[in-house]
Amino acid sequence: MSIISVRDLVVEYDGRRILDGVNLDIEQGEIMVLLGGSGSGKSTLLRQILGLERPKSGSIFIKGTDMTRCSQAELNRTRRSLGVAFQSGALFNSLTIKENVALNLREHTALAPSIIDLMVWTKLAVVGLADFGDLHPRELSGGMKKRAAVARALALDPEILVLDEPSAGLDPIVAGELDELILFLKGALQITGLVVTHELPSAFRIADRIAMLFKGKLLEVGTKEEIRASQHPEVRKFLNRTADNPVHAPALAAYLERYVQNQGAKS
Amino acid sequence: MANALEITGKKTLSYAEYFGSLNIQLWATLRAMPAALPLVGNRHRWRAAIYQMLDIGVTALPMVALLAMCSGFILAMQGAAELRRFGALHYVIDLVAVGFSRELGPLITAIAVSGRSGSAFAAEIGTMRVTEEIDALKVMAFEPVEFLLAPKYLAALIAVPCLTVVSNVFGILAGGLFMFFSTHLSLPLYFHYVLTSIELRDIVMGMIKSLAFATIIVQVGCLEGFRVRGGSDAVGRSATTAVVRSTFLVIVADAIFTAIFYSIGKM
Repeated sequence: MSIISVRDLVVEYDGRRILDGVNLDIEQGEIMVLLGGSGSGKSTLLRQILGLERPKSGSIFIKGTDMTRCSQAELNRTRRSLGVAFQSGALFNSLTIKENVALNLREHTALAPSIIDLMVWTKLAVVGLADFGDLHPRELSGGMKKRAAVARALALDPEILVLDEPSAGLDPIVAGELDELILFLKGALQITGLVVTHELPSAFRIADRIAMLFKGKLLEVGTKEEIRASQHPEVRKFLNRTADNPVHAPALAAYLERYVQNQGAKS
Repeated sequence: MANALEITGKKTLSYAEYFGSLNIQLWATLRAMPAALPLVGNRHRWRAAIYQMLDIGVTALPMVALLAMCSGFILAMQGAAELRRFGALHYVIDLVAVGFSRELGPLITAIAVSGRSGSAFAAEIGTMRVTEEIDALKVMAFEPVEFLLAPKYLAALIAVPCLTVVSNVFGILAGGLFMFFSTHLSLPLYFHYVLTSIELRDIVMGMIKSLAFATIIVQVGCLEGFRVRGGSDAVGRSATTAVVRSTFLVIVADAIFTAIFYSIGKM
């Protein structure tokens, strides 16, 4: 039984079909990378898996609970086994980094404050921010924010770690550090990972399996080697970074010519 | 013609939808309120409520006091100018005392709080939406209504009536100062007359109004915040809309309450 399984998921916004019959299984202990360009529906799929939005049809099972039909209480119970780091970090700006990490522990467990302090320190140490706990999110750099968000996601020792675009907006070195962190967590905690990204190097570094999303449909799901060897034209385009609509030079020239003629006629 | 009907219909529907959401949010807040109460509820929510009370109430004190003094002077001077002609200058005392405890005290407080705190609520929650903090709260198994709205509402329900009392006192004091400087009526004697002219009913009416105003300000402010879609420009707009709508609704509600109290008073 997969830890996450998505069945025939269809999502529509105002009649536009964003996800069209997506089926995906994520096994315990693997890192699944959801790869796709902008507008491919990967963020939508993520929001569906987190239960932030309800689909038009289909279902999503996380540890056997159907996230699309369960009650709010069941949803909240399932969410405690999920640790999520959002694209922007989504740290609470009014709290310090320590308080951000401690929030879940303080409110969802009955642990003593001294134990919570210790746990917060270990989580921050894992992501390399042990000395920065007393700062506010606005005082951190982009990469530190993302690492702090990972620390917060790890607070309740979740079985599943979900990362939305961990390397977006970071320089290659910091992005690389984050990839190593994800691999370290997988090795140390046997955590299941779901990582959404559009960065190829990062995807191929951390993934056990890759799911390639294009225009609301899953094109390919497979190991790194299978994806690399895929003959699907859209997958090849993505991997070879071929632009979809290169500027059509004759049309542009014709347009400019017309424009110049019009300007000339006016004056 | 059909176009005019269409526009009217669309507008009506959008207003109906707005009031519907306002009501749904109010009920959700009332259901979440026990969590914010001291002793029986979650102590973190109660602490948040205390911070909000300081923010809504204590920091607004000087501004509300000054506004009330100014309006008290205006009311006394405008009243005196007319009443003097009938040799009924002492009715200024009744005018200021009754006018403030029933009407101006709650209204001035509500307008000040709506400008200071209503816009702040909208901006705070709107920013949290844009930065995915609301989503983060949800996936951390917190209810945004309980986490954000209930403490604010509880705080406003306590702070706004307190501010109204302060505003009444300062407004009436301004009337006393005016009487002292224009007719050399001593302040103790002025307050004696004030106490004979107002009844407990006037104070209770003012308090009922201020509770209603607090409800409007918090619910409208937070709803505008939760409805933010898009980027930071939407946050700015939501803060403006929150002030405009809550001030408008406060005055409409004031008219309705005054009409109700007036018809009850006649019976």
